[in-house]
Amino acid sequence: MARHQFNISRSADSVSAPPSSRELTTDTVFRGIAWICASLIIVLTACLLFKIGAQAVPAIRQHGLGFIFGTTWDVSRETFGVLPEIWGTLYSSFLALLIGGSFGVAIAIFLTQEFISPRLAAIFRTIVEMLAAIPSVVYGLWGIYVVIPMLRPISEFLNAWLGWFPMFSTDLAGPGLAPAALVLAIMILPTVAAISVDAMRRIPYKVKEAAYGMGTTRWEAILKVMLPTASSGILAALVLGFGRALGETMALAMLIGNSNQINLSLFAPANTLASLLASSFPEAGQIEVQALMYAALVLLAITFLVNVGGLAIQQYTVRKFEGKR
Amino acid sequence: MNATMTPNRVTIQEAAPVKKTAIDDVVLDCKVRKIHYGDFLAVRDSNVPIARKQITGFIGPSGCGKSTVLRSLNRMNDLIDVFRFDGQVTYHGKDIYARDVDPVVVRRYIGMVFQQPNPFSMSIFDNVAFGLKLNRFKGDTHEKVEKALRGAALWDEVKGKLKNSGLSLSGGQQQRLCIARAIATEPEVLLMDEPCSALDPIATRQVEELMLELKENFAVALVTHNMQQATRVADKTAFFGVDMSAGGRTGYLVEMGDTDQIFNHPREQLTRQYVAGEFS
Repeated sequence: MARHQFNISRSADSVSAPPSSRELTTDTVFRGIAWICASLIIVLTACLLFKIGAQAVPAIRQHGLGFIFGTTWDVSRETFGVLPEIWGTLYSSFLALLIGGSFGVAIAIFLTQEFISPRLAAIFRTIVEMLAAIPSVVYGLWGIYVVIPMLRPISEFLNAWLGWFPMFSTDLAGPGLAPAALVLAIMILPTVAAISVDAMRRIPYKVKEAAYGMGTTRWEAILKVMLPTASSGILAALVLGFGRALGETMALAMLIGNSNQINLSLFAPANTLASLLASSFPEAGQIEVQALMYAALVLLAITFLVNVGGLAIQQYTVRKFEGKR
Repeated sequence: MNATMTPNRVTIQEAAPVKKTAIDDVVLDCKVRKIHYGDFLAVRDSNVPIARKQITGFIGPSGCGKSTVLRSLNRMNDLIDVFRFDGQVTYHGKDIYARDVDPVVVRRYIGMVFQQPNPFSMSIFDNVAFGLKLNRFKGDTHEKVEKALRGAALWDEVKGKLKNSGLSLSGGQQQRLCIARAIATEPEVLLMDEPCSALDPIATRQVEELMLELKENFAVALVTHNMQQATRVADKTAFFGVDMSAGGRTGYLVEMGDTDQIFNHPREQLTRQYVAGEFS
């Protein structure tokens, strides 16, 4: 490090002085602590991956890729496959993203584009963010006692009239994909809304001026200028929301029905990886635990791929719209 | 705040009579009685006619309300909740502040270029085509975009990279892109609010040359805090002062006339002091 000190004797008038050795030491120590904290995160992640991976090794050896494409989970015959769980995870998260994402972005527009006074917007925002503080198990209970009974007549109606359409081919007998996805949508809503609000707020005032200066109506300004300008931030919000939906466990274990089947129907029971892990661990024997570790690894891989993919798309939009590298 | 900014007389100045030899083709006749932001009286008694094929320069010390008056000409100030306009801005025989006039419509006919370059975060082409799409233009968009970019003296620099983001350009290029965006729809009047204040001298010079070309087709109103810029490009100059007599800081039109007259033979003492650089 550059430690040269100019050989200037301190005259009576000048106040300039080099940093003291104590200041320099503090600087070094602080730098060291920052480095340690940052590397700890990497070490932790590596440890986690290694531990899970090591425990999954026997299952990986035994089942190979067949594990991912298999559709039965039978402990007594030691046949394990997680394709229905992968399907359920992606399908429920996608539906949740569709519902929660559109509502989240709509809320962000509503809260930032002067539809209501700033004070009211702040109150609204706090309420939306409070949704994130509700424990997952409470959402699960709410889903069982409120959402499922509410959805049942709708599912019967849709099944009776539009039963030919694959998404409505069954009705809701109890837990199922639709209530799970709906509750999941509400759970990711605060994440998507809060991050989208920040993205919309970051739009400089001059962009708004430019839009209105061109003679746009409010909707034209929002749809053609504000949303594209905030698109990278909104995409980040959606990726985070999707990631949260993929890993959500408790509410889903309570609501999705834990049934190993691949069905397009919104009202059929299904299963997700996280829910499989949560519900199978307590009674699992050694062989099944290894299989579950493999399933955990698959879930990790999916979330990782989604996040990396989302990040790539986001970077692409930043480049495309903002011309930055 | 410099004490000399307070006018010696508080009497209301009439707009200086325009030169008798040439009759100006006034397209936007602005008569401000009072402009308030909430309780604050920002501007009073300023009549500024904007004529076709001319550049009308607005000069004056900071806080004199020249930007406020300019932004009243296409109702940009309506974006500010507490803004209140008392007066008339007549455009084609109609007061744009009349109850049955939608500000959105006004802004489609009266374009604006802002102090900070503010291209949209989309491609250069889409930036220029934005207004065309907005106005449901059915003809050849490419031709119009090229014409606007040529008009803004930017075509040669960007013709090979129209798909690149508008934000990837330099500051001066971005400002010319904003000018291209504003002139693509060929509005009758172009308002420019200190368009060069964020630009370096070379880019400033390019934009100034561009303004002189633009006035062949548009009525241009230009706010500038640079007196030399006004002398270089403006045909008419309106000088605004600040009246601090009532305890507030209220801008008003001191005098308006041919640029040559304002700078060389000002009628008012205050104008003479300002153009001589005694305060700014």
